[in-house]
Amino acid sequence: MEDGKMVEPQKVDAPVRPDIDLAKLPNATIGDIYVENPRMTARQVRVNYGDKTAIEDVSLDIGGSEVISFIGPSGCGKSTFLRCLNRMNDTIKTCKVSGDIRLNGGDIYAPDVDVVPLRARVGMVFQKPNPFPKSIFDNVAYGPKIHGLADNTGHLKQIVQEALERAGLWSEVHNRLDDPGTGLSGGQQQRLCIARAIAVSPEIILMDEPCSALDPIATARIEQLIHELSSEYSIVIVTHSLQQAARVSKRTAYFHLGRLVEVGLTDKLFMKPQHEMTNNYITGRFG
Amino acid sequence: MSDLHIVSQFQRELDAIKAKIIKMGGLVEASIVGASASLYNRDAELAEQVRAADAAIDVLEQQINDEAARVIALRSPNAEDLRLLLTVIKVSGNLERIADYSKNIAKRTRVLLELRSIEGSPAALRRMAREVELMLGDALNAYVQQDQALALAVIERDEAVDQIYNTLFREFLTFMMEDPRNITACMHLHFIAENIERMGDHVTSIAEQVVFYASGEKPTDERTKADITSSDATLSGMNPTRSIGAE
Repeated sequence: MEDGKMVEPQKVDAPVRPDIDLAKLPNATIGDIYVENPRMTARQVRVNYGDKTAIEDVSLDIGGSEVISFIGPSGCGKSTFLRCLNRMNDTIKTCKVSGDIRLNGGDIYAPDVDVVPLRARVGMVFQKPNPFPKSIFDNVAYGPKIHGLADNTGHLKQIVQEALERAGLWSEVHNRLDDPGTGLSGGQQQRLCIARAIAVSPEIILMDEPCSALDPIATARIEQLIHELSSEYSIVIVTHSLQQAARVSKRTAYFHLGRLVEVGLTDKLFMKPQHEMTNNYITGRFG
Repeated sequence: MSDLHIVSQFQRELDAIKAKIIKMGGLVEASIVGASASLYNRDAELAEQVRAADAAIDVLEQQINDEAARVIALRSPNAEDLRLLLTVIKVSGNLERIADYSKNIAKRTRVLLELRSIEGSPAALRRMAREVELMLGDALNAYVQQDQALALAVIERDEAVDQIYNTLFREFLTFMMEDPRNITACMHLHFIAENIERMGDHVTSIAEQVVFYASGEKPTDERTKADITSSDATLSGMNPTRSIGAE
């Protein structure tokens, strides 16, 4: 999306320690970071902004067709980690990422990886809906066009319609596809952004607080959409709403001070978290 | 887990609900003691007090459930707060049922005063009630302190209550066979014994809630039910004299 501003991918060498059982490290994450047949694996991910360490030693698997929520207080590193997963952090010059992140086994930080197709495979939806200042149709058609996914105009129309249908927006906009995307309501704009992300057939969709600017009805529509999309895509959602995390995700990961403190099945984590910090956070005992 | 909530009003609401459970528990303990003492001392006035005191316990149960529902609706509690609220609803229900059994004992005590007394039985019933009352006290302490070990110990102790019940069951059968004039009193005494046995089951249920509150898991082990009167034919069958004689 902001491909023009892209800087050279930066990867600093840090020792990856496959010989060490992370679960046994004193500061290691509580809960099972592994899933069967992971779509994405992150190992010992560390992010520095200049001298400051934003996240440290984060290891986590993301399964196929699962919804996982990242929760934690502001500045805990959850968004930073999310942005590592499709190399959005590359756009920040002082940001250095180390560790190992793989999509279907392939290192996404390898020198020969082109971030443009990577970001099609790992799509992203932001906090504030950000449709392009173009028509509804062009917003969705943009990705398939630049990635050469459509054979002809008819095929492109079909892709756009399917994406809008999956995003639950088609019935609301099918008769005004040439209207500007920015003219839609906030909730509709967010679903347009989701349609734009799924038009390029991603494997994973990253969502960074996708409902924080929406009213409860628009939020419910997005949550229903997340539920429907989860049969096909892996969805990683960063949210400040604990209830949203509880409602939409199968697993939840709790971040604190740049560490992944605890990860587990959402119902277990919300009923009986293992770590005291998780308990204190989700019960509102500290900010 | 002693940290306090950032929203102090939330903390106060949880504390208030906990305080009400403790208050309710105290009233229920007093009700057990009162019912058993009225039976043992043949004290009609005390029996009447026990019956009258039940209303306050019912009111507390309603208040606790209303407040728990309100906090769940308004605060969307998680983790230990959610477990606390889920368990107070069940625990208050258990306490209310225990108090109902006390009230029932007090009612039967009034009737028993009109009948010939059965030797020995009130003392055994008092022992049984004393054990249930101590178990309840420990279950409530375990609740306040989220003490899983103490709660599990309470669950174990229910077996002793069941054993006393088995013994009393046999005793009442013997008295009734010895002299049919004992039947009415023994029937009432048997219902009292059964009430106390059921109280023990409710205390056990409270202890199980404590385990869930403290650990997030229900106790898994199927506990041994030592009350065998409903399943053992030698206790209630055609020729009970043989089994009694064997003692």
